[in-house]
Amino acid sequence: MSSPKKPDIETVREDLLRKYPTKVARKRAGQIVINRKTEEGVPPEIKANIRTVPGIITQRGCCYAGCKGVVLGPTRDIVNITHGPIGCGFYSWLTRRNQTDPGPDGENFMTYCFSTDMQDEQIIFGGEKKLAAAIQEAYDLFHPKAIAVFSTCPVGLIGDDVHQVCKSMQEKLNINCFGFSCEGYKGVSQSAGHHIANNQLFKHVIGRNDTPPEGKYKITLMGEYNIGGDAFVIEELLDKCGITLVSTFSGNSTISAFERAHTADLNCVMCHRSINYVADMIEKKYGVPWIKVNFIGTESTAKSLRKIAEYFGDPKLSEQVETVIAEEIEATEPIRQEIHERCQDKLAMLFVGGSRAHHYQDLFAEIGMKTLAAGYEFAHRDDYEGRRVLPSITIDADSRNIEELAVEADPDKYSPRKSEQELADLIQNGMPVKGYEGMMSQMEEETLVIDDISHWESERLIELYKPAVFCAGIKEKYAIQKMCVPSKQLHSYDYGGPYAGFAGAVNFWRDIDRMVGARVWTYIQAPWQKQDYPALEAELVHTGSSEC
Amino acid sequence: MTPSYVSTRNPCKLCAPFGATLAFLGLEGCIPLLHGSQGCSTYIRRYMIGHFREPVDVASSNFHEQAAIFGGKSNLAEAIFNVVKQYQPRVIGIATTCLAETIGDDVGMILRELSSKAGNVDLPALVHASTPSYHGCDAEGYHAAIRAMVDQLAGNQPGADHLALFPGMLSSEDLRYLRDLVEDFELPVIMLSDYADRLDGPTWDTFHRIPKGGTPLEQLYRLGGARTCLELTSIYEPARTGGGLLADRFGVRHVRLPMPIGVKLTDRFTRELEAISGRSLPYRHAAERGRLIDSYVDAHKYVFDKRAVLFGHEDLVVSLSAFLAEVGMIPALIASGGGNAGRLRRAVLSAAPELEGHTRILGGVDFAEIEEAAVQVQADLLIGSSNGYRLSRQLGVPLVRVGLPIHDRLGAARVMHVGYRGTQQLFDRIVNALLEARQDGDPTGYTHM
Ligand code: SF4
Ligand code: SF4
Repeated sequence: MSSPKKPDIETVREDLLRKYPTKVARKRAGQIVINRKTEEGVPPEIKANIRTVPGIITQRGCCYAGCKGVVLGPTRDIVNITHGPIGCGFYSWLTRRNQTDPGPDGENFMTYCFSTDMQDEQIIFGGEKKLAAAIQEAYDLFHPKAIAVFSTCPVGLIGDDVHQVCKSMQEKLNINCFGFSCEGYKGVSQSAGHHIANNQLFKHVIGRNDTPPEGKYKITLMGEYNIGGDAFVIEELLDKCGITLVSTFSGNSTISAFERAHTADLNCVMCHRSINYVADMIEKKYGVPWIKVNFIGTESTAKSLRKIAEYFGDPKLSEQVETVIAEEIEATEPIRQEIHERCQDKLAMLFVGGSRAHHYQDLFAEIGMKTLAAGYEFAHRDDYEGRRVLPSITIDADSRNIEELAVEADPDKYSPRKSEQELADLIQNGMPVKGYEGMMSQMEEETLVIDDISHWESERLIELYKPAVFCAGIKEKYAIQKMCVPSKQLHSYDYGGPYAGFAGAVNFWRDIDRMVGARVWTYIQAPWQKQDYPALEAELVHTGSSEC
Repeated sequence: MTPSYVSTRNPCKLCAPFGATLAFLGLEGCIPLLHGSQGCSTYIRRYMIGHFREPVDVASSNFHEQAAIFGGKSNLAEAIFNVVKQYQPRVIGIATTCLAETIGDDVGMILRELSSKAGNVDLPALVHASTPSYHGCDAEGYHAAIRAMVDQLAGNQPGADHLALFPGMLSSEDLRYLRDLVEDFELPVIMLSDYADRLDGPTWDTFHRIPKGGTPLEQLYRLGGARTCLELTSIYEPARTGGGLLADRFGVRHVRLPMPIGVKLTDRFTRELEAISGRSLPYRHAAERGRLIDSYVDAHKYVFDKRAVLFGHEDLVVSLSAFLAEVGMIPALIASGGGNAGRLRRAVLSAAPELEGHTRILGGVDFAEIEEAAVQVQADLLIGSSNGYRLSRQLGVPLVRVGLPIHDRLGAARVMHVGYRGTQQLFDRIVNALLEARQDGDPTGYTHM
């Protein structure tokens, strides 16, 4: 199958903007960027973490979704209660495919959706009483170690004090009970919810248990959510290397493990966006450094394992890590080469999340596929351009209303795992201590980077480029497929996975290979495959759109 | 005795704007817009897509903190203009989320102001429904939106002598079937709302900004001239439905019927069509009816006295229970997340008086309560949405998936419930689920049942 000639990237960008009213177009222009780095490799500035214009159909969710669904949702031994009307809780009930192993105690409340199911009466007279009763009921039912309460939009408006209710229930029940002011209207996306969740985890959970688990090389994984069993794969890999995983935020996770997360000697950050706050705060308070890792793609996985070994500086660990890598690569390499043959030079687009759109480019690159356009749904500039831009990010009204915790070194528990000099040396040798280069630094020149892509824009991009695969979420999936382009869901993996580590990479390549070559596509012809379809350039110039 | 709970644990209902969005999607060229923060519309869109496996566009007025405090007037105006610019919709269907309702935004007034100030911008038709979820569930939202369409769009334009059919929340295939059935009586029909094609369509050979299908606005403008309005609900009072309003405002004859599931209830429906059209049941439907009864006979010994747990939106479970009763099954537990036990009981017993004393009816309950009750009734089978899967695993009995949401199987849009044909499919599935459970549980492995 020959793909049509690629349209000029500038023309495409203009085309995407043309449909919008002037004000909107101006705003989107800052968020639709052509990746052209300076000679020093500095990517251009992109606008991110800014409001979605009303009426532009976004893929973004709300603050509540980020707070409950992402960070706390995958933790099995905590009961999560949604304080609000029924829908918010209902729609966030087991919709992410976070997997968990209920463990020997079998405690798993993830399959439960607790809601105060607010009615008129609470909207008018307040919902604190009902909330207290709901907490009591959850307690009576399960006697969990911890109960968390998540506020939805109406709660902020009627002025319920969820923190006070939680506090008094904590005293009454003698369990850990805390609330989140994560009303959906806060911030501009799920991202605000991640931050709020990080804060409360840090305030109410981390640091409650100072007993470290057995093990020589103790790390945590941060920002790994065990979609489709990814965390299981990574856990096994770490285990083989002899590395002890103290806690994962949050996938196959428990509150008990969170409580002693600070006893690890290194924090490894996968999804920078959703969890960097906790990593930073742990460093400040307890002296545990963090590094950026990535277990998506075989090369990245190998590299991440090597970094961990290098950090601990023990030749024995490095040796073990090399043995494991060699074994794994031996198994994956022939498969990679075979699939590379078929997939080479095909085009991919990825628009998803706050880190996946970056990480998954590695998997595509390994089978020779090119990422033509990518973007995040709720990331910030540092996730695109790298943390070097942090000082220059302006704090707007939407970020200002999210609490920034003032954290100081703990007088008793602060114990720096590495001296200043050791850290400096590590960084000198390329260790990503507190470092993330961002997606754009790694992407090729002359590719499109689009923040908070709208439904309309993604449809248009597909129309213009007909990529071999478009990676997004379920919200885009069927629209993409209607246009006869294979779609890969990177939130839920289309019921597939795991895709992490070496074993996961093979799963992913195979899935992509099968999708791209699937027979179903032979039954349908995309509009641009037709003989009489106007050449793209001409069409772009003359009509600006192919509305029908 | 089951304790009565204050909180909801594993809800058996969706929220009101979901139902309203569904109703709006059945209007041709309509983009639904939820007035509130973006989370609600993203969630609702996601959930709807998971069920129908079709593209669904739902806009939002994207409230942020200031809008939450000072009201969302300018957000709504901006949202409408941007939707118009991108999609050129014929209609925008606006439903309010809990946030906008709590603030007390007067959407009607905002829209009137907007229209008067629109100047040279060509605005599409705007229709809005008030759908606070702290006041009602998805079915409530659906009916509120249908009523809003009648209220704000229906007219009395001449040129029609048709049947107005208000089918309620059914599957795409159900809607397609109902249209065929009515048309086979040679009755021109206006169906409100009709998302059959939009939410179960083919692949596209050209690009569509808004998928095809739905009730055209022109038909709404003529709705007031209908000779009869058939409304398939036994739960919602005329004061809260589109049909009720059509009767009040335009004097249209209004007939409320339970959703036609099973022979008895479908007969009621087709008899009404016979009366309206003056024609008798067309041959192919009579034949379908005959085959359905024949299969009842073939399978009666497999289903006799089997105990089922039913859950879903109220109108659906009412008709399902009447159908189960007529084939000799016992709907031992009939439950709905919406409404209350009183109105559900009245509707069930009116559709199937023989169930008096043989069933337990729970309205306004969650899955935790359904689970507790289900354990007691010794169910052989569950009939309801995918959310019953957990219960099915726990009890070790099969789940026949009906209604909404069905997100763990293919073809939710094509699951049939109504008419002779829909009942046939449902009946076959139920019998086979029972047979399969028996076969799988049998150590000898019989293959002839
Ligand atoms: S706030 Fe209301 S409308 Fe929005 S998801 Fe929650 S229940 Fe539904
Ligand atoms: S009401 Fe607020 S918290 Fe609930 S889904 Fe909507 S935006 Fe999110």
